[in-house]
Amino acid sequence: MPKQVKLKIDGEYVNATEGQSVLDAAKANGKFIPSLCHVQGLSGVGACRLCMVEIAGGARPLPACTTPVQEGMVINTVSERLSKYRRMIIELLLSERNHVCAVCVSNGHCELQDMATRLGVTHSSFPYRYPRLPVDASHPRFVLDHNRCILCSRCVRVCAEIEGANTWNIVSRGVNSMVAADLNEPWGDAESCTRCGKCVEACPTGALVVKGKAVEEMVKRTQTVSRLATARGGSR
Amino acid sequence: MREIIIDPVTRIEGHAKITIHLDDAGKVEDARLHVTQVRGFEKFCEGRPFYEMPSLMARICGICPISHLLASAKACDALMAVRIPRTGAKLRYVVHLGQMIQSHALSFFHLSAPDLLLGMDHDPATRNIMGLIEKSPELAKQGIALRKFGQQVIEWLAGERVHPSWIVPGGVNAPLDPEVRTRILSGIPEAMKIAENALSVLKSVVGNFAAEVESFGNFDSLHMGTVDDEGGLDFYDGGLRFKDAKGKIAADHVAAEDYAKFIGEAVVPWSYLKMPYYKPIGYPSGLYRVGPLARLNVIERCGTPKADKELKAFRKAYGAVAKSSFLYHYARLIEIIFSLEKLEELLNAPDILDTRVRAEAGPNCNEGVGICEAPRGTLIHHYKIDDNGLVTWANLIIATGNNNLAMNKSIKQVSQRFVDGNNLKEGMLNRVEAVVRAYDPCLSCSTHALGQMPMQIDLVSPAGDILDQVSRTSAM
Repeated sequence: MPKQVKLKIDGEYVNATEGQSVLDAAKANGKFIPSLCHVQGLSGVGACRLCMVEIAGGARPLPACTTPVQEGMVINTVSERLSKYRRMIIELLLSERNHVCAVCVSNGHCELQDMATRLGVTHSSFPYRYPRLPVDASHPRFVLDHNRCILCSRCVRVCAEIEGANTWNIVSRGVNSMVAADLNEPWGDAESCTRCGKCVEACPTGALVVKGKAVEEMVKRTQTVSRLATARGGSR
Repeated sequence: MREIIIDPVTRIEGHAKITIHLDDAGKVEDARLHVTQVRGFEKFCEGRPFYEMPSLMARICGICPISHLLASAKACDALMAVRIPRTGAKLRYVVHLGQMIQSHALSFFHLSAPDLLLGMDHDPATRNIMGLIEKSPELAKQGIALRKFGQQVIEWLAGERVHPSWIVPGGVNAPLDPEVRTRILSGIPEAMKIAENALSVLKSVVGNFAAEVESFGNFDSLHMGTVDDEGGLDFYDGGLRFKDAKGKIAADHVAAEDYAKFIGEAVVPWSYLKMPYYKPIGYPSGLYRVGPLARLNVIERCGTPKADKELKAFRKAYGAVAKSSFLYHYARLIEIIFSLEKLEELLNAPDILDTRVRAEAGPNCNEGVGICEAPRGTLIHHYKIDDNGLVTWANLIIATGNNNLAMNKSIKQVSQRFVDGNNLKEGMLNRVEAVVRAYDPCLSCSTHALGQMPMQIDLVSPAGDILDQVSRTSAM
């Protein structure tokens, strides 16, 4: 039986299991911490930094998804500083690529859009970069639109950890980072792809979508990914 | 030579200015409509998946997004090489009629009625919808109600009034709710009363505008519109027909994919709006008109009883091929009546509630053209895609664009008839603007450009100096 630890989140004592992340512990106790890259059942990577929390004794905020719980931790998930950072992260995501909600197939069913709304982001204070990015429509069933990718790496993890195909990876660095199939080839040419579509269901935005969906029609089933993870006995 | 510039032109959709060139005696020598905006929809859609095109292209316009949705979706149907389910096509036509009603009502009541009912020389401060509300509150209220009905038809069917996502490549994405059918049908009688009343009001005042009828773009030209197999009025489908001023059909049942054999596009350095022309005749003599007047000129019949009765009276008064662009107003009201009758006919069709409304397919064809009749005239969307379905090229010919040559010719004609460079009066310039308004141009659409439509008139000397300027900022 894993060891139980006791910690304090937003002034409230909660119990957690040793090895559990702060994010999972908070969720298990009915607390909401904003996050975009995290999917229940997949490993935490701290890619989006939205789930940053303040931990007593530490100067910097830490991502809740990659910070394991410890006995006696005192955690703060809500503060003026955290709200400011979280809004800034969303603004940076929106300005980095071409997120045009009105004409997006995921409009109305997009986690980035929902999070922006929930956190009160009405515009970006950073100038939009408007990068010229390609759309990969070479796959017979799905489409990858780099314009709408936030590099959360959910596709990379679901493909490696649940499907076991390891089709997806991230190439290059920093602002040039891109999701790539196999050896950075057109998705349709990637031999490792099993066409299972889990990456599409896990993707939080309109970056990975089913081919042929018109505006507002792409509805993702992220819970399916979590259910599959549970069925496999993984509880990351 | 001197020049008058009207900038911005008011009560139209988009941005434009007019220059009127005067000779040394102060008489009008030439006049031009300059469209001063550029947008680039044909360019930035490159690289996008084709099935996103309807929603992307609908953003060209907030007045007639349904027309763009339809022409775009039809082009996508062609790319998918599918014949869409019959009910899907009918539902597209139904929502299109809602838009015809609202757009025509906007043009007549909100934009043009102030000129027609208050008078061309009325004080410009109140020569607008507010002035109309003051003078004829009942009529203004009816106009607002009629436009609202058209907007509601769109909203009830498609979920949103502007840029709905209901119209998709292959059909529509949800069948008709029987409750919505009942709601629309119950609103038709009241809307018809308003439309018939507006037409009788127009008929009662049209006699006061003999000079305008005579000089507002009154010339021989070709007319273009789509017609059904029997030559009847068809806003959603059908082939292109060109008819000349003598009533001779120059080309008939031209299929969408053959449009480029008949329509060429010339570019001029002084406007962002291209000049489409009838190819077999060439530029610029191949001038043709589109829109309500042209549609009524090319058809054999409307195909609905009330509209056909009105068409007969219209032809009796103005000939089989009406020449004056002032009559666009008249034709527009007949088209509202047709739209209401057609709406009722389609909604009463036994298969309208059928749930099979969408065909699914991937890209099967690398090129597709979609054509429909938008409120302002024939709208053409033409796309090319790669084998994966990504757009590589697009060409759009927008209703107002088709009328560009005709609008320029009309402005010159009105200027020569009404503008006296030695004694410039506001009412003269309003007539120049009003002839543009008769075409109900949507310059936002035609340049695929952004914004409302303010306008300016400049008076310029032979040396190019601006001598006088009339400028207004807002459209409505």
